[in-house]
Amino acid sequence: MNTVIKVENLSKQYRLGEVSTGALSHDINRWWHKMRGKEDPYLRIGEDNDRTTKGESDYVWALKNVDFEVRQGEVMGIIGRNGAGKSTLLKILSRTTSPTKGELKIRGRVASLLEVGTGFHPELTGRDNVFLNGTIMGMTRKEIMQKFDAIVDFAGVERYIDTPVKRYSSGMYVRLAFAVAAHLEPEILIVDEVLAVGDAEFQKKCLGKMSEVSEKDGRTILFVSHNMTAVKNLCSTVMYMTNGSVHEIGPTNQVINSYLSHYVNSSLFQEYENSEEAPGNQFVSVKKIEIVPKLKNETDPITIDKDVDIEFEFWNKVNGATLNLSLGIYTIADEHVCQVVSNPAILPKGLCKSVCRIPANFLNDGIYKITILIVQDQSKVLFEFSDTVSFEMHESREASGWHGKWPGFVRPQFNFNLAKF
Amino acid sequence: MNDQSMQADREHWDLVIKPKNSLFALNLKEVWRYKDLLLLFVKRDFVAQYKQTVLGPVWNLVQPILTTAIFLLLFGRIANIPTDGIDPIPFYLSGITIWNYFSVCLTNTSNTFVLNASIFGKVYFPRLVIPLSVVLSNIIRFGIQFFLLLIAIVFYHFFKGAPLYISFSWVLIIPVVGLMAGLGLGLGIIISSLTTKYRDFTVLMTFVIQLAMYVTPIAYPLSFLAATKYKNLISLNPMSPVVELFRYAVFGKGTFTTGSILYSVIFTVLSLFIGLVIFTKVEKSFMDTV
Repeated sequence: MNTVIKVENLSKQYRLGEVSTGALSHDINRWWHKMRGKEDPYLRIGEDNDRTTKGESDYVWALKNVDFEVRQGEVMGIIGRNGAGKSTLLKILSRTTSPTKGELKIRGRVASLLEVGTGFHPELTGRDNVFLNGTIMGMTRKEIMQKFDAIVDFAGVERYIDTPVKRYSSGMYVRLAFAVAAHLEPEILIVDEVLAVGDAEFQKKCLGKMSEVSEKDGRTILFVSHNMTAVKNLCSTVMYMTNGSVHEIGPTNQVINSYLSHYVNSSLFQEYENSEEAPGNQFVSVKKIEIVPKLKNETDPITIDKDVDIEFEFWNKVNGATLNLSLGIYTIADEHVCQVVSNPAILPKGLCKSVCRIPANFLNDGIYKITILIVQDQSKVLFEFSDTVSFEMHESREASGWHGKWPGFVRPQFNFNLAKF
Repeated sequence: MNDQSMQADREHWDLVIKPKNSLFALNLKEVWRYKDLLLLFVKRDFVAQYKQTVLGPVWNLVQPILTTAIFLLLFGRIANIPTDGIDPIPFYLSGITIWNYFSVCLTNTSNTFVLNASIFGKVYFPRLVIPLSVVLSNIIRFGIQFFLLLIAIVFYHFFKGAPLYISFSWVLIIPVVGLMAGLGLGLGIIISSLTTKYRDFTVLMTFVIQLAMYVTPIAYPLSFLAATKYKNLISLNPMSPVVELFRYAVFGKGTFTTGSILYSVIFTVLSLFIGLVIFTKVEKSFMDTV
């Protein structure tokens, strides 16, 4: 099989902060170095892109020395935590931005689906938008005309096709937009997490269409997702990225397992020494967050029949502020399980502490991550501390007739009696 | 596979993305491939603007009529500036028509990157398609306003006995519009490239374009300044000969020389060239700074 995408030493640097007079002086300095034939002074000082710690430099590497190849007909999944560089890589692949260093070579026509419905104009009819969106994605009018009926059929919006799309329900809008995308016929398709929209049935239809395209026509697909199920079903190879570099490339199951275990082990707690370097802002900053499972032995796995405490400490910087916490539990695929709020309290300046107990027999087995919001006056979010710590709930069933994965996010024990009538 | 063909196979890539383009990496062939998109943008611009309005494209006539009325009052009645022997209403209307085309081309193309950032951030197509579509869709608007000018000329001929000037010079309207489009496009894409990082230029544009109209012979003929030292100053404006040429084309009266026209042409070509160089440089990575 031919190599259709070849990425060599690809790096991308971003400047943090606002564009202002500082940017102008850097620009002038950069130009001055260039005029004298010297290297760009800001390329040397970039740091790894770790958004949780405060860095020294205004420049970060969103991608650093990324190398990989994709062969024709391959469906490659790209996974990694938020900020690992997945989207930046897709942006460069789809030519919406350019790399700072390195090279990228492509064989064949590329269509990128970083969003569905790019360029949809609310005032235009469904028909006009199909043509507009299709041509933006690189089709010609003639190609669209040939596929028009199939597109409308796939979206199931025949009756509304001559109505402005601003009158569409959001579901119809997305279906029409995806229908156009699904009928693109590029050699290489780049898909970002666009499947997060639409109802479950439609998602299935889209995934089906994508795998059909790669199997039948030998098209290459790059697929970024947090949805491990979708990645498992669709991809033959997976690339796992951390901090802007390729951590691992390999067969799907192997890489996904390594991703999940890496994700879990590294993050049962986070702690910061002083409030200047901790994540936060002028109102609050985080000291510590820790998962404390109530286990008999420290080395036992966390099972679903154990209580789990989440301890959270933060510095309050505004004396007498009325604060409360709001804690979100998410699955590893970013599905929101629930949101729990604490009581509001009037707090003095200084260190504050809270404990939230997730009771036993509540969460199903699986990997969960915690997001904490610090809220003022029960209405204003002062700080969002997202994807902080994560933990894995293990199965506690020992003897049972069935060993499959228990479905659902939660596994409460309700009163549920069965007896002879 | 022998070594040579493997070598050839390895070398053939449809697309190579590198940090920097060569100085003048304009790919006109690619723009041509996207001609359908260009036309659809023209349609979108035009159709979407008048959705849910009763008058629709007729709105294009309201602005020149009102502006003509104000000019008539200010420059005609109050300041008493002559109009080159042409009836005042057709005179003002002609200036406004050609100026509108230029100013709309300039202001709308200068917003290219900022207004379309959401599309540009999601999908690649030759960015030049957007400013080109602006220039094209405004030709339709120019056509409507030009039609109004024709009505005024015919009206003045039949009801006021003004001479009707029909000659080959009417053909000149095409290069005049071309020059206007080129100048608007060239300056517009220069400004649009600069505004991606520094929005100062957007602020500057809002009033510079208004002031520029007063140093262009729109509300007065260039001949009115013939005896003054300001004539040379106004002639420095590359728009001046173009406007005068337009009046010559339509009415047979205008103040320009071959040299002054050549000056405008060179100015247009230069601004287009510089514009394209900067534009193709900026379009690659403007998403990081916009």
